[in-house]
Amino acid sequence: MNIVVPIKQVPETSNVKMDPETGTMIRDGVESIINPLDLYAIEIAIQLKEKFGGKVTAVTMGPPAANKALKEAIAMGCDEGVLVSDRKFAGADTWSTAYVLVKAIERIGEVDLVVAGERATDGDTGQVGPNIAAAMNLPLATYVSKVESLTENSMTVERLTEEGYEKLQLPLPALLTVVKEISYPRLPTLRGKQRAKITDIPTYTVADLDVEENNLGLKGSPTRVVKIETPKVTRGGKILKVVDDQSLNEAVDNLIAFMKMKEII
Amino acid sequence: MEYKGVWTIAEAYEGDLKAVSFELLSRGRKLADELNEELVSVLIGGKVKEERVNELIKRGADRVIIVEDQLLDRFIVETYSNVLIDLIKSKKPEIVLSAATVNGRTLMPHVAMKIHAGLTADCTELGIEEKTGNLLQTRPAIGGNILATIKSPDSRPQMATVRPKSSRPLEIDETRTGVIERVAFQKNLFDSRVKHLETIIGGEDDVNIQESDIVVSGGKGMKKSDNFKMLYDLAHMLGGVVGASRDAVDRGWAKYPQQVGLSGKTVTPNVYFAFGISGAIQHLAGMKTAETIISVNTDEDATIFQVSDFGIVGDLFEVLPLLNEKLAKEVK
Repeated sequence: MNIVVPIKQVPETSNVKMDPETGTMIRDGVESIINPLDLYAIEIAIQLKEKFGGKVTAVTMGPPAANKALKEAIAMGCDEGVLVSDRKFAGADTWSTAYVLVKAIERIGEVDLVVAGERATDGDTGQVGPNIAAAMNLPLATYVSKVESLTENSMTVERLTEEGYEKLQLPLPALLTVVKEISYPRLPTLRGKQRAKITDIPTYTVADLDVEENNLGLKGSPTRVVKIETPKVTRGGKILKVVDDQSLNEAVDNLIAFMKMKEII
Repeated sequence: MEYKGVWTIAEAYEGDLKAVSFELLSRGRKLADELNEELVSVLIGGKVKEERVNELIKRGADRVIIVEDQLLDRFIVETYSNVLIDLIKSKKPEIVLSAATVNGRTLMPHVAMKIHAGLTADCTELGIEEKTGNLLQTRPAIGGNILATIKSPDSRPQMATVRPKSSRPLEIDETRTGVIERVAFQKNLFDSRVKHLETIIGGEDDVNIQESDIVVSGGKGMKKSDNFKMLYDLAHMLGGVVGASRDAVDRGWAKYPQQVGLSGKTVTPNVYFAFGISGAIQHLAGMKTAETIISVNTDEDATIFQVSDFGIVGDLFEVLPLLNEKLAKEVK
């Protein structure tokens, strides 16, 4: 079973700092990590490989530094990594990103399954997974929380919906986007890290891919960012302190009065 | 033929329509009025009650396009995508909006990729750009740290998914009239590869926290699973549901569908309660657009208080039982 996992390198968002003047993210000193939601895709891909054999290839589009994310994926247990990198890809939106990733996946070779994270924690669109499925005409299951069964040519999965779950059967090859319920991602092992160090990661550039230049980068992206704003965080609400029984009582009474004013009760 | 008209995608479920179908119409109505174009609600699915279909018109639609067939009873993205693309190609709408639900966020990128259209995810604001008439789509990104405004100047239709509950449905207007247009389902659009085997309706802790007006959430400060009962008590009294921070879900006190935040769900309820949640940026990303935020935390420097409309610095194990006790008398 050949499994491809498209991943994304993202800034570690827990301590993101914004430049109040420009409204852009201060990237200096911000560590880059594998998109946390991609770790679940990597994990389930490795589990399926362990059960059914084959290999897992992680692929990412990004600057040369995104190599680090691929090394981490290999350290976790992926067999190979492919970096898709070219200045001409810069500024790509989800459409153009998916377009290039599809070309890269086709170049990797025969694929039985593509597993992607639900979305990236920076862009937060969740579009590239379904985009790739559409472009490759692969049957798609999104928000997958469980792989129930897998045979050589079909799989049954559970998908998280607003109302609960639904069970879908897909023929292979197929594409899944997975949610964190699916499994708990393993940590890289020392052996994995050593293997990552010696594993050569090929870089695909425009010259290596069967792409139309019109579909690349900013030029190939139907969407344009018009402006970026930093929203105001503070609401300046009423904050009451509880220090004893009396202030506790008052605070709760105040809260109930507030809820009445807001017509919550 | 020129691209014209604003489309919103209605979502059917078990013969009924989901609330987002109507929320989208209030968004669409504004845009359609500004552009002086028709507002169309597009309904792809199995059979839906007639009165609910009419309600689409009473709540803002000028036209309802219905593609109804037993084969469309369940959402299968490949088939739905074929149907929507077929409609788009023949009728050429200028704007297509869907809710940012699990199905909306699956269908829209599938369609956008195939027709090379610009798509913006999970928008919280929509407007029309002066002079060009382009759709301006505003959405939070990078964990809610920025608001980006995006447009698709050269591709049509302009597509966007809209965050559920980010707008209220219009009131029913009995005097409104409109056209109901039934389009026959062409069987060649049916993609039989993916099969829907079963629907499993979730239990109380699988409830859809995105559709509720009141979300009562607990975090690490809840200390253990049993203590969530107090949150359920409060939620029941207020007609709300229980959510949780990532910490609480990772500890097994709540289920993943209840998780609010960057790696969980984004909610925009009328009221959001945060008990024992410090307000990590990832959590804030999932709830800070709530209309009213009420929080209880022992740490007065907790970030959650910065986004709160009402906060109590105190022990939730004192505050919550007393609040429940007093409320029980109030709401009786």
